Amino acid sequence: MDDLLADFLTETHEGLTALDSALVRLERTPDDHPTLSEVFRLVHTIKGTCGFLGLPRLEKVAHAAENVLGRYRDGALQVTPAGITTILSALDRVKLIVAGLEATGREPAGDDAALIADLDAASEGRGIAVPDAAEAPASPAAEPAAEAVPEGGAVAAQTIRVSVDVLEDLMMLVSELVLTRNQLLQLARANQADAFAVPLQRLSHITSDLQEGVMKTRMQPIGNAWAKLPRLVRDLAHELGKKIDLDMRGANTELDRQVLELIRDPLTHMVRNSADHGLEGPADRRAAGKPETGRILLNAYHEGGHIIIEIGDDGRGLPIERIRGKALANGLATEAELAQMNEREILRFIFAPGFSTAQQVTSVSGRGVGMDVVKTNIEKIGGTVELVSKEGRGATFTIKIPLTLAIVSALIVEAGGERFALPQIGVVELVRVAAGGAVQDGAPRIEHIKDAPVLRLRDRLLPLVSLAGLLRLPATPGEAGFVAVMQVGGQAFGIILDRVFDTEEIVVKPVAPILRHVTMFSGNTILGDGSVIMILDPNGIARATGVGADAAGAEQRRGPPSGSSLRSDSRTSLLLFRAGDATPKAVPLGLVARLEDIPAERIEMSGATPVVQYRGALMPLIPVSSGWMRPEGTARQAVLVFTENGCAMGLMVDEILDVLDERLTIQPGSGRPGFIGSAVVAGSVTELIDTAFWLAQGGEDWFRAARPAAAAASRPQLLLVEDSAFFRHLVVPSLAAAGFDVTAVDSAAAALRMREEGARFDAVVSDIEMPEMDGIAFARALRAGGAWAEVPLIALSSRAEPADVARGRDAGFTDYVAKYDREALMQSLADCLAAPLVG
Amino acid sequence: MQQTTTPAPALRDAMPPPRAVRDEEQVFLTMTVAAQGCAVPVLLVRDVLGPQAITRIPLAPGEVAGSLNLRGRIVTAVDLRLRLGLPPRDANILPMSVVVEQAGELYSLLVDEVGEVIPLPVEGFEPNPPTLDAFWRDISRGVQRQEQRLLIALDIDRVLAIG
Repeated sequence: MDDLLADFLTETHEGLTALDSALVRLERTPDDHPTLSEVFRLVHTIKGTCGFLGLPRLEKVAHAAENVLGRYRDGALQVTPAGITTILSALDRVKLIVAGLEATGREPAGDDAALIADLDAASEGRGIAVPDAAEAPASPAAEPAAEAVPEGGAVAAQTIRVSVDVLEDLMMLVSELVLTRNQLLQLARANQADAFAVPLQRLSHITSDLQEGVMKTRMQPIGNAWAKLPRLVRDLAHELGKKIDLDMRGANTELDRQVLELIRDPLTHMVRNSADHGLEGPADRRAAGKPETGRILLNAYHEGGHIIIEIGDDGRGLPIERIRGKALANGLATEAELAQMNEREILRFIFAPGFSTAQQVTSVSGRGVGMDVVKTNIEKIGGTVELVSKEGRGATFTIKIPLTLAIVSALIVEAGGERFALPQIGVVELVRVAAGGAVQDGAPRIEHIKDAPVLRLRDRLLPLVSLAGLLRLPATPGEAGFVAVMQVGGQAFGIILDRVFDTEEIVVKPVAPILRHVTMFSGNTILGDGSVIMILDPNGIARATGVGADAAGAEQRRGPPSGSSLRSDSRTSLLLFRAGDATPKAVPLGLVARLEDIPAERIEMSGATPVVQYRGALMPLIPVSSGWMRPEGTARQAVLVFTENGCAMGLMVDEILDVLDERLTIQPGSGRPGFIGSAVVAGSVTELIDTAFWLAQGGEDWFRAARPAAAAASRPQLLLVEDSAFFRHLVVPSLAAAGFDVTAVDSAAAALRMREEGARFDAVVSDIEMPEMDGIAFARALRAGGAWAEVPLIALSSRAEPADVARGRDAGFTDYVAKYDREALMQSLADCLAAPLVG
Repeated sequence: MQQTTTPAPALRDAMPPPRAVRDEEQVFLTMTVAAQGCAVPVLLVRDVLGPQAITRIPLAPGEVAGSLNLRGRIVTAVDLRLRLGLPPRDANILPMSVVVEQAGELYSLLVDEVGEVIPLPVEGFEPNPPTLDAFWRDISRGVQRQEQRLLIALDIDRVLAIG
């Protein structure tokens, strides 16, 4: 009998038992709606599953019974004892058939026509001629089977269903037992109590066996999480017109059910990705000299207390160049940073939030959500994900996750006089280092580049963080110490420790709610000696130290601190171009959606405005230089395309010169419309265009849907809260040009976090329409108390009707400025910050 | 602080004269924090412990003294002196722990001395004097006059609303 059928039988037995009592209850209280719904659902489930398993006889009976129940449920029919009797007899028939199934693995033969006729009659509200006799003719045939297999047959008896809660409780108790055992062993070691040695040994073994046993109850083959994949891949192949072979290996590898649940979705997502943009279509594959049928390989196996799951394909691999470009465009890294990265580091950008390189959004993937979620989910369970890709040869993701979440193996370490547990999953090696500058015994030593500690480890320079420093503990001016070399995600870094004790199996317990915001710890636990110890979170440490590219991505998602905030004095990628005169012009690259080279003949005129048909819509083209002439003949026109909220506009320029990273010091301009001011870029004076101005030329309503934002300070410090990256890019440079020091964050929550972190600003400019917490709620939160209760707060909104203004002022906004009115914003800022700044 | 009604039977039995606790009385545990008398409803108290080994928690709010092991459960210790804005304890005074439960979590309030378990008439609580510091007004449910001193009835939910 196959597994599916066995599961079905177990489930049906349970369902039938529940049905019997529910139906009896229903007969007594015909108006009991919850019971009626329950009965309906149970019968419906049986029917549905039969259809799926190909059990026509069972399905017909269940279907007829369901009809009657459906009419009861909808109130179309009164519940009558006769009707219930009919349904009960239908259930008896179901039991007979199920019994037969159990015995032979097949539906027993038999005729249910009479019963079904009764049920149909009942559903039409007609009486039943001979209620009980009706089933008689059909029964005898099946009855013997029923006798042979008593109620709750063989299959049902072999497994019992235990609620997950019970298992969790057991697991917890065993965890406690392990802790107590460890404690006892430690005591025994210290006291040399020989009399206890032998029974203690036995207790220890039994505890270990028990732990293993209980763990087994929670173990499920990973195949359970894969069960739906073949179908998924088949459908995808069909939809995408590809030929795909799904090869699943190690489906019997077992892992904790909690872990299993958590990786099910990430796995599905990754297989979907492989099928969608990993594998090429048959024609492309042929052209590349590969077999037409693409292959996706899923492989799971155990390795040193962990489960390794590989998801690989033999498709086109990840487009490194495209990822590089996208990372640059999204502002995840600068050109200079990218130049120093190796392939593996660049590949990791796909784990950054909102990153997708799919050229087209298909119904399957390419919406730019996904891999970051995958990574977050895997990290949540203490796992890691790695990626290897060969262009043209395929890509393989390797997920490493702990077997169970309940017990982890950890290194007990000391830093700043305190002990901590460091989970071993991220630890690659331990290096003993000499302190200070003393070179002794060839032991590696910690060196400093300015203030940043580094370690020469074989052929590379490993960035280091001091655990004591990170946790703000007093540094111990120790003799020598250790460096735990960590590999978190694709990044390697070292944690400086004072001492390393032994390893211990620890039970992770969550920290108290009042400590949840301390992200450096993943939990706490009790050690063998009875003391409480905090468990370090390697991912949290990696993020806190800003090590690695995806750490930057993670921080950007959170909003404020270090590198992610767009500060006007940090480096900005600039697109340099020429338009009109010889002076180079620049625009922040982050603002430009695409660069296009449009054949002159495609430019049409709509009234006085040149337009071009672009991606199915008309895009207005605005010349930067006044005397624009349509290029002659077959010449092409260079266009910078800006998009927001589905609208696009093109800025026509003469020539695109370069992309550069510059720290901008903008000198306010002469007030020439369309230009913010000038700056020295790559040695020559460059005019920075005021994108706002040009966008406004592109059409008014363009912005109504969208939203701007702004803020700055002598430099007055301004905080800009604006969820649209576009408007952040827009407003920050123009405020910087006006002499403000601007920090921009993408959500009210991020701004509030900065407040908690003690950041100070002279004024806050906030957008009103934002997801989650809007500007109004944000204003209320600020005014409710805290460090920023008195800070001038300016609202920027596309809606500036009197009612909106009143609402904003009620919430605590100092002033309310219509979006996009740069003059008004400057004026308002000048007023709010009173006399001191604007001279 | 929902349990303002009758004490549980078990506790009532434990009281010296079982009938001493009348319905309009509530049983409190008194304690001293920097010479200030405080009281918490005894129904919230799970344990009273002598000085304990406490593990410090880096980066935690200042009032959080650390965590300790109470028979296999991890208890977060809050120094009541710091929480109430009182001067820190001398190093030679070892604090007592009053373990209370809130939302299924155990917290230990570190106090200088633990007093006694006494029934207090609900009627006897005076409202907070308006001159009282705003923070204290927030965490105090009322003041009980005693012959020698004044007792502040602490609102545990507010006391534990840290961070």
